[in-house]
Amino acid sequence: MSNKAFSATGNQMIAEAMRQVDPDVMAAYPITPQTTIVENYAKYVANGQVHTEFVTVESEHSALSACIGASAAGARVATATASQGLALMWEELYIAAGMRTPIVMANANRALSAPINIHGDHSDVMGARDTGWIILFAETAQEAYDNTVISFKIAEDSQVLLPVMTTLDGFITSHAMERCEMEEDATVQQFVGDYHPKYALLDTDEPVAHGMFANGDSYMKTRLATRNANMGSLPIIEKYGKAWADVTGRPYDLVDCYETDDADYIVVVLGSAAGNVRHIARQLRAEGKKVGVVRPRVYRPFPEEQIVEACKGAKAVAVLDRSDSLGATHAPLGADVMSAFYAAGLSIPAKNYVYGLGGADVTNVVVQGVFDDLEKVADGTLDCDLRYIGI
Amino acid sequence: MSQLIEIRWHARAGQGAVTAAKLVADTALMDGAYVQAMPEYGPERTGAPLKAYTRVCSEPIEVHNNITNPGIVVVLDDTLLDTVDVAEGIADDGVVILNTELSAPEARAKLGVADTVKVAVVDASGIALDTIKRDIPNTPIVGALSKVTGVVPVDQVKERLRITFGKKFSQEMIDANLSSVDRAYEEVVCA
Repeated sequence: MSNKAFSATGNQMIAEAMRQVDPDVMAAYPITPQTTIVENYAKYVANGQVHTEFVTVESEHSALSACIGASAAGARVATATASQGLALMWEELYIAAGMRTPIVMANANRALSAPINIHGDHSDVMGARDTGWIILFAETAQEAYDNTVISFKIAEDSQVLLPVMTTLDGFITSHAMERCEMEEDATVQQFVGDYHPKYALLDTDEPVAHGMFANGDSYMKTRLATRNANMGSLPIIEKYGKAWADVTGRPYDLVDCYETDDADYIVVVLGSAAGNVRHIARQLRAEGKKVGVVRPRVYRPFPEEQIVEACKGAKAVAVLDRSDSLGATHAPLGADVMSAFYAAGLSIPAKNYVYGLGGADVTNVVVQGVFDDLEKVADGTLDCDLRYIGI
Repeated sequence: MSQLIEIRWHARAGQGAVTAAKLVADTALMDGAYVQAMPEYGPERTGAPLKAYTRVCSEPIEVHNNITNPGIVVVLDDTLLDTVDVAEGIADDGVVILNTELSAPEARAKLGVADTVKVAVVDASGIALDTIKRDIPNTPIVGALSKVTGVVPVDQVKERLRITFGKKFSQEMIDANLSSVDRAYEEVVCA
């Protein structure tokens, strides 16, 4: 059962979830808009509320390096970053996934320089999409909390053993105060359970090596095993998501679908902006328009089947991206959705939009414009070229 | 209260607008409302104009965007009227609450809002100097907001202040804040 509702920011909620889990090691470096996660956590350490070994390091590259070392040694490990910090972790991201270290890392999604910008978009996290990390997106502070709790179960499952990135939108979710609920510490600890590492360097009874050299053949086999672990984690993510939902009463689906069953026009969108899109979709439904919203809560592995199933009856689909893939026809989510449609034999016209870069506001007018466009896309009077909106 | 209440705060950094935005949300939450409170982050330096937002609703709040059509605008510094269009996008039946020494008719003239928009004035800085001994007009103006809009009951504002400030401040400071709320509640004037 839940405690009484209280107000908190997304970052506070992630810090609380990590406090309740009480990992063995946290190595972190501050960066806006993530700083308040590790700042709060450092207070828990200083106050003796957790047993975590908190390692202050000189950069994000060092932060994730220390996390990888600690995780390989056999510790339960958590950290947090954002933007340039995540970018600086780039080589370590691949190492964490390739070494199958079940690290949980929060990311407060933020734009990348240049120009310098501290606000929310998905440019940073999309840089991690091919690394092998499992990537979760929260719409609200509440979800940021719930996703963080289940991240430990997902990462440490013996069929998965991959790092998990639990993300929330910088400032929009990380710094806005919302009504939230938090479970009892004991409830979280019971759900997550003790950590028993499968291949710990410090387990001298069963000695193992980590981070070995591999030539082509064994390198490919390792990569394939990592791919399979990532792709195969979807039902495991769903299992833990639903198990946590049973505890909290807050529903969990890999893909959150609003009124898609009979929808002619569907918008696919990640993170906080989904709320704004659903807000307009509700108004349009009240006017009798058959519109729906699809929000993947998991981005890697990509929940292809669920998205295809939700969209298959639509006359036109819009995919909203909060980042771009410069030099490509489509932005990341757009490319993923259209690839899924193609693989499923669907030929629904799909239009890709780039919105909200660098925290640009997602206004009702912008969202309304997307739904207006979809009718024209369906009847062929508007092309499917990628378009920047709210600009 | 199923209708969404949207409050936009205009202030200069250091006046406590973000704290006030959160105080109103936290107070409404005590009655079981769904709430949001957030600052619009920019280059942060004391004295720079800033905006903050509060949303209150009986239903879960789905939108996360900035508030562009507020029902309520609260202005903590009347020098902003020269540079910022504080009433931009305000609802036709909206309310502007202003910390100023101007009279209500003077404030209305300066704001240039439609006749249907209510304008309320209170010398929150003067009250803050009298009670808290510092020009931090954020708590008194919430008393005025309570009187003019009823979005949160004044007794509950004070109860919430006791909880929030109880952890950090002396009883003397808490009492000064509570009395600033009461005074603004009594002294706010509408036009």
